[in-house]
Amino acid sequence: MKKIVKKHPLAIRWFHWINFPVLAIMIWSGLLIYWANDVYKIGFGSTLLLKFFPNSFYDALHISFHLAEGMAYHFVFMWLFFINGFLYVLYTILSGEWKYLLPGKNSFKEAWQVLLHDLHIRKMAPPQNKYNAAQQIAYSAIIIMGLGSILTGLAIYKPTQLGWLCTLMGGYKFARIIHFALTIGYVLFFVIHVIQVMFAGWNNFRAMVTGFEVVKTKEESAAEEPINK
Amino acid sequence: MSNIFKNIFTKNKKLSTDELIVKKTIISFFFFFILMGAGFYGWKWLRYQPESANGARQPLRTVLDMNESLFRRILSNRHLTREYSVEDAVKNVRVNGDLGLKSILDTASWRLYVIKKNGDTLSLTMDDIKKLPKTEIVFDFKCIEGWNQITHWAGVKFSDFVHAYGLTYETQMKYTGMSTPDKKYYVGIDMPSIMHPQTILAYEMNGKPLPLNQGYPLRLIIPVKYGIKHLKRIGTIFFSNSRPPDYWFERGYDYYSGL
Repeated sequence: MKKIVKKHPLAIRWFHWINFPVLAIMIWSGLLIYWANDVYKIGFGSTLLLKFFPNSFYDALHISFHLAEGMAYHFVFMWLFFINGFLYVLYTILSGEWKYLLPGKNSFKEAWQVLLHDLHIRKMAPPQNKYNAAQQIAYSAIIIMGLGSILTGLAIYKPTQLGWLCTLMGGYKFARIIHFALTIGYVLFFVIHVIQVMFAGWNNFRAMVTGFEVVKTKEESAAEEPINK
Repeated sequence: MSNIFKNIFTKNKKLSTDELIVKKTIISFFFFFILMGAGFYGWKWLRYQPESANGARQPLRTVLDMNESLFRRILSNRHLTREYSVEDAVKNVRVNGDLGLKSILDTASWRLYVIKKNGDTLSLTMDDIKKLPKTEIVFDFKCIEGWNQITHWAGVKFSDFVHAYGLTYETQMKYTGMSTPDKKYYVGIDMPSIMHPQTILAYEMNGKPLPLNQGYPLRLIIPVKYGIKHLKRIGTIFFSNSRPPDYWFERGYDYYSGL
């Protein structure tokens, strides 16, 4: 028999779906800003592996020559990003949701088992609560990353008035690199997150909209069987 | 299946678990799509707001001005930009832009004009300015594009300059405006920032007179602002209670542009 089980509280669903477009706007406006001094690349010696970003990328997304526009959007939507993230953390603390989200002692070992299971190397997934160990690590890490974006962002936004913060973040140049790297991190998180949600299926996705999950209960389905044999 | 849809929205009907699942899902997704749609139209609304005369959409400009009033509170003369030793300064100082420098400079006839509140105009030569105490600064120059460079400048502290020329009354106003002799480039700066102890009217770079492309004979160095405010080849200085015109503000940038 099927049973409706509450999974995600309304507040968490709001925070999740507000964050999605707001973060998208922050990344887009951040790209408009980054374009004006696009110096980062990955490589060694004279070998260039990856340039952030190739011209074709800028052309495809119409990134070039929008620095003023990028700054305007970035410094408006930063407030929504910050407020939404702050309320989310506050809510998880006050509601006790943090207990499901925070990794425990065995989380790193279990996360490895989850990974092996997801890659079809290991048959059994470790037992889990609302979130498995890999999710706990990912969802906690993303909060720390968000905090990192806010702090490095403030450091490069007001490097004189918040000079102490800029120094704490490793200086202006370093803070800008971290701010950029975290953004790449969000994009990777997003890709993996969407793939995992697709694999997890409808029931799991629906829970992030409706709040409930449908669980099949064994005991009750056994009781449901006709008695008069 | 069609039965389910008929049944689930009938009032006071006892629903099976399956029907309840369908009902709850439909209601939730209904509101979900409405909110997503509202968000989308909110974004469209913002994107189609007319650009105001200052090149930014009005709702964005309003928030940028609110950011300014928030961050102005933490600017003070005690908040100093970090200074470096002369050896840290780069030898090849980046040149970014020649706005206001394209006309030919007549060195002999160049004067710094300072328009006073009473309508008088001070007309100063470089010798007048060099007579005042000299201040050096080595700091991390930051361009709004995102690059930075440690550079070495020397000149007259703006606060020393206004006191020496009796401009105390003028500095009680809210803004200082500056423009190049050809008026092609111009900036407006809030009074606390221009009076900040690290703001200088610079006539030397790396111990030598400014090169032409760095604003010879006199330029502004204001470490609490992005490079767009460091006007090269100053022609005129004036004071105002309303925002003086600002070249990059008119093109959508933040007026304050403070660091």
